[in-house]
Amino acid sequence: MARVVVDVMLKPEILDPQGQAVQRALPRLGFEGITDVRQGKRFELDLAGPVDEAAIARIREIAGTFLANTVIEDFEVRVEELADAPGAATGSAGDNAAEEGAVR
Amino acid sequence: MPAQSKPVLDTVKHAADTPEAAQPWAELGLKEDEYQRIREILGRRPTGAELAMYSVMWSEHCSYKSSKVHLRQFGEKAPTSDALLVGIGENAGVVDVGQGYAVTFKVESHNHPSYVEPYQGAATGVGGIVRDILAMGARPIGVMDPLRFGAADHPDTRRVLPGVVAGIGGYGNCLGLPNIGGEVVFDPCYQGNPLVNALCVGVMRHEDIHLAKAAGAGNKVILYGARTGGDGIGGVSVLASETFDSGGPAKRPAVQVGDPFQEKLLIECTLEIFAERLVTGIQDLGGAGLSCATSELASAGSGGMRVELDAVPLRDSSLSPEEILMSESQERMCAVVEPGKVDRFLEICAKWDVIATVIGEVTEGDRLEIYWHGEQVVDVPPRTVAHEGPVYERPYARPTWQDALQADDPARLARPADAAELRAQVLRLVGSPNQADVSWITDQYDRYVLGNTVLAQPEDSGMLRIDEETNLGVALATDGNGRYAKLDPYTGAQLALVEAYRNVAAGGAKPLAVTDCLNFGSPEDPAVMWQFAEATRGLADACLALGLPVTGGNVSLYNQTGETAIHPTPVVGVLGVIDDVTRRTPMAFRTEGQLLYLLGETHEEFGGSAWTDVIHGHLGGLPPRVDLERERLLGEILIAASRDGMIDAAHDLSDGGLIQAVVESCLRGGKGARLVVPEGLSPFTFLLSESTARAVVALPRGEEVRFTDMCAARGLPATRIGVVDGAAVEVQGQFSLPLDELREAHERRGPALSGGAPRPRAGGRRPPGTGGAAADVLADGSPHGPRRPVPSADRTRHQGLVS
Repeated sequence: MARVVVDVMLKPEILDPQGQAVQRALPRLGFEGITDVRQGKRFELDLAGPVDEAAIARIREIAGTFLANTVIEDFEVRVEELADAPGAATGSAGDNAAEEGAVR
Repeated sequence: MPAQSKPVLDTVKHAADTPEAAQPWAELGLKEDEYQRIREILGRRPTGAELAMYSVMWSEHCSYKSSKVHLRQFGEKAPTSDALLVGIGENAGVVDVGQGYAVTFKVESHNHPSYVEPYQGAATGVGGIVRDILAMGARPIGVMDPLRFGAADHPDTRRVLPGVVAGIGGYGNCLGLPNIGGEVVFDPCYQGNPLVNALCVGVMRHEDIHLAKAAGAGNKVILYGARTGGDGIGGVSVLASETFDSGGPAKRPAVQVGDPFQEKLLIECTLEIFAERLVTGIQDLGGAGLSCATSELASAGSGGMRVELDAVPLRDSSLSPEEILMSESQERMCAVVEPGKVDRFLEICAKWDVIATVIGEVTEGDRLEIYWHGEQVVDVPPRTVAHEGPVYERPYARPTWQDALQADDPARLARPADAAELRAQVLRLVGSPNQADVSWITDQYDRYVLGNTVLAQPEDSGMLRIDEETNLGVALATDGNGRYAKLDPYTGAQLALVEAYRNVAAGGAKPLAVTDCLNFGSPEDPAVMWQFAEATRGLADACLALGLPVTGGNVSLYNQTGETAIHPTPVVGVLGVIDDVTRRTPMAFRTEGQLLYLLGETHEEFGGSAWTDVIHGHLGGLPPRVDLERERLLGEILIAASRDGMIDAAHDLSDGGLIQAVVESCLRGGKGARLVVPEGLSPFTFLLSESTARAVVALPRGEEVRFTDMCAARGLPATRIGVVDGAAVEVQGQFSLPLDELREAHERRGPALSGGAPRPRAGGRRPPGTGGAAADVLADGSPHGPRRPVPSADRTRHQGLVS
């Protein structure tokens, strides 16, 4: 089984009220030095079949039409290896061609 | 980074030195003669920043350049009204409602942004109109949303509607403002051109009215509210890219994102600033952002203002001066404050966690000067930006197809052959998208928050109490029928007005003033311009005849796809006042045995009717005739009957005719009705004609003589048509429709709109609303039968419910 992760972020120019609320809260809680906070969404999609090009294309379609509002949001699609050893997945972000650029 | 790395800043001096530099005026929507006029005004080419300001302020949206010549009628034909405290031209008109209270209200469009991004477009539409009301010095107390979408089963509607509704609900609910009404209309002509209009009403004391002006040299200009980012400046990025940065900057989005919690802070902060009398002038930042606010404030004062753009708090440091001037970032206001009051002003802002910055000051002279990094980038006479934009006498001509459309009389359409077919058609009508219950939409809005809502959807009007001691209240209704207006724009605009007028009067409130949102196609099409000219003329004439001033509003043009314009859609809002909201008249038939009277006359009028649309897909002929004197009389009777406690329910008759009104009132009250077809009318015409100046009322038998005597004495035809009775709507000799069957049809929504499984509706006809059962009782009216002046025990409880 394979997992595909879709990260959705508001486009850089778009106001992010939630991120701003977090940023304003930080100094109140004693956390200094954070100049900006942007908040996004992470979707984890577990696939039944192999992660091939067709599957990635399908997920990009899902992301572009449903998971992200492409008028105001960008998304990135990447594959996460589900290894037995915990932690093995974390280092795999840049490991293969599934790392997709932001879709405009 | 970017701002500094730009090769040359286009300063005033640079512009004077490089007169021949090419400028993207066409891309910014300016015509060549407009660009030449700017050069004449300035005596040189404009800088990039100046070009940005002129282009947006001279746009149709801000300058009303095509509509101005027609809108003047609202001033020229304005009736003399004691009620009008502030007229057209300010952010919103202000009306005297008595007891020292003034009310301000206005409707605006946010059509295009809602098409691009439904949720944020609709949300920021609410936010924008709320700030308009706030800028007059009033506390916003309610909103309404007249909406138009494509066909109910069209994919475009499925895309746009859920976002729009969620956006209105999301912003309004977070802000804590009740949404008390509006409209939802479906028609294929709005596919790709949804109309999202938003109305806000606010209240203040007479002495608290604030006007937008910047008088007094030395006074400080303060920008407060949200930081400025790259919102809604899609068009101006052209300027940035072509003038300065051939590398192509990030394309700025046209979408603005709203933050209702920031707006809530802005409201409370602004009201506290008003209360301490700290401002000389104030202006909200909406379309055209800082360009609009600075030029309008300066122009309304003596003219001189100096602004340091570097002081503007930014969300994105890469913004160019042009972009800062154009940004439509939401939740911002601009105030002019005497120097001695600045500290206190900033203190209040700090208390509310609202960023406030002195960005400039009022100066001697008459130039608006704007600086960036110490260099002058704008030096203009502000009046030429804000008020002396181009004015066009666009050619207009009655469309060639108008005669054929009007000649296509619905008399040729097949009418129901027998009672069974009539019954089936009635059932189809009450379940059709435009006639069906829209509570699945309005239930997503909070209509009871603040605890002063007396009537809300689906009542004829929304009614709000504004004084908890005296029970003084205001009522509002918006209406507009694009089908009528297509058949005859002059009459269509008047029909919108009289329907809203009737709706307000049906609740027992006296109509006082009008706001309008005129939604049309392209003004460059002479046929559309003719529709616009006719509609404004019709509306102005009718307002004069009814004695109602138009206090302000908005024009939305270019609502069209290719060559095809939307139906001309003048949406009219009427504001009324009621001395005691406990005497309002709700619409529900609640008490068996009460008599039903039809007020007004029924003629055979089917042009543009719901019946022709739903049963035959037909649009042709002439809309119903307008009789303004009769409307006024009907209004007076409804108000008097409400005040004197003669009637228990009233419902105005409009699209769908009598049967639609009776079905709505029966379902609302959970009681049936037996109707008798009056002599001289066919059952078909009786039930389905859309003749105007009519209402149906329910009265206790004991009031019959008093009521009919009053109608007779005043010359208003009143026909007894039946009685509240049973659990069905029965038309004698024709058919019977059980309430359950009607409810099933009326409350079912098409699969295209449901967006999945229909929401279960636990047992009752209304799902538990956010206001809870207590508020429902109030909104439904006292459950204790005849609504006489509320007895003291009941009054106590009543106030407990809403306080």
